[in-house]
Amino acid sequence: MAKKKWKKHSILPGFGLSLGFTTLYVSLLVLLPLAMIFVNTASMSWADFWATVTEPRVVASYKLSFGAAFAAACINVVFGVLIAWVLVRYSFPGKRVIDGLVDLPFALPTAVAGIALTTLYAETGWVGQFLSFKVAFTPIGITIALTFIGLPFVVRMVQPVLQNFDQETKEASAILGASRLQTFVKVIVPEILPAALTGFALAFARALGEYGSVVFIAGNMPMKTEITPLLIMTKLEQYDYEGATAIAAVMLVISFVLLLFINGLQWWTNRKFAHS
Amino acid sequence: MAGHIPLSYVGKSSGKKSAEEPLAIRVLLISVALSFLFLFLLLPLLAIFIKAFEQGMGLYIASITDPDALSAIKLTLLVVVLTVPLNALFGIAAAWAITKFDFKGKSILITIIDLPFAISPVIAGLVFVLLFSSHGLFGDFLFEHDIKILFAVPGIVLATLFVTFPFVARELIPLMQSQGSAEEEASLTLGANGWKTFWLVTLPNIKWGLLYGVILCNARAVGEFGAVSVVSGHIRGLTNTMPLHIEILYNEYQFSAAFAVASLMSILAIVTLILKNIVEWKAGEHG
Repeated sequence: MAKKKWKKHSILPGFGLSLGFTTLYVSLLVLLPLAMIFVNTASMSWADFWATVTEPRVVASYKLSFGAAFAAACINVVFGVLIAWVLVRYSFPGKRVIDGLVDLPFALPTAVAGIALTTLYAETGWVGQFLSFKVAFTPIGITIALTFIGLPFVVRMVQPVLQNFDQETKEASAILGASRLQTFVKVIVPEILPAALTGFALAFARALGEYGSVVFIAGNMPMKTEITPLLIMTKLEQYDYEGATAIAAVMLVISFVLLLFINGLQWWTNRKFAHS
Repeated sequence: MAGHIPLSYVGKSSGKKSAEEPLAIRVLLISVALSFLFLFLLLPLLAIFIKAFEQGMGLYIASITDPDALSAIKLTLLVVVLTVPLNALFGIAAAWAITKFDFKGKSILITIIDLPFAISPVIAGLVFVLLFSSHGLFGDFLFEHDIKILFAVPGIVLATLFVTFPFVARELIPLMQSQGSAEEEASLTLGANGWKTFWLVTLPNIKWGLLYGVILCNARAVGEFGAVSVVSGHIRGLTNTMPLHIEILYNEYQFSAAFAVASLMSILAIVTLILKNIVEWKAGEHG
């Protein structure tokens, strides 16, 4: 059989089978279903589409989803870097267990996390009763749920960078007379920045689409505590498939852009690794 | 909230890493980090178990042996049994094609495999509604042949397949990339055929990575909520998975029952974390 030009020669077998199966699987399960969003959106007139995706209730949901996801990702960067730092550089009893526990948000079903957080932060809950402001059923509650969901991303991105971090660089900086703060800002921060940013972007992307952990704590009041994924859900339940699809198309485009951004960041991180 | 962390040990353990920060800073950083983890991870986990047993053992047992709960557990197991092996097979095939061969369009394929991670679970459910609802692409065909996909088990399986499909592939691609193809080439040169090479050379090399991906895929398949919620139709005893059953109980103010089922899922999550750590440790040991 004539070798195809787009593939380099290899003595290993199974190229046709593995790539054929992969392509078929990806096409049927991912590409065809996702294409439906754009096919259905394209059947709407531009005016209808624009009116749907810029309706005040929809715009309020974008603002809430973006704001809460951004706030949660910021909290995760600060505490994620701190947790990674503490786990890599200090030793204390129970460290291994705590290290394993960091992945809990990946393992715990989101609905379970949702009802647990709502119970804790309700006005009569263990934590809620000590707070002078309302948390559950407000944007603060949404931010807390999204912080929980995104917590492992920054920790797990920054941890390996800190582990590989050249101790000598840091010592050299100290010997050359830099203060602790200067060493941190000028030597450590640039080193962990790409990884922390990647973690931030991953946490942000996850938070933007998150549904299960948020619906319970959000209260779901239109214009106030209604996130965009919930709005898609509501429109679907009212059989407004067009409206749901139009909003989904906007979210999909944002997800694609974020994914490209994350890929770029990861490439930057790997390059940094190769240098050090 | 810092009072709960025993700090007496910090001085003892400082020798190993020769951390140059003063003790006070170390104590401060550790206690802030641990307080945050306590508040955000441990407290919710504790709350689930305490709330589950609040009304006594009798109600707990009754909640998890209720016929609707049992059918939800069965459906969740069925979904896992169908989706995890399929996605594991896909992961192996995709990783083989991507890491053993050079072809055009490879980076596009890798990006497509990442897609489900970046997409909202609600959208993952919505796309199957657009395909299989009565107004959807295959709506007429399904109606004529009397096939039910939406608001039935096949829809739940498809939505779960979609959200969990990158896990095994994402784990295997970097692993097989770092291992290269030299061992497979040697095996082929020595006369073994392709399948034999895969079973005896490749599979033993990737078994820990494969298991790791399967564990993560399994956890997500069990717990998926948003995507499944869109396609399930919430028919009690028929199309309710465990997370959907929890939602219904919670919205009916049957909190103890909701937390009882949630506690089962939390035990599974803890087992997942333990297995994950064992696999990480084993993989580290064997290089």
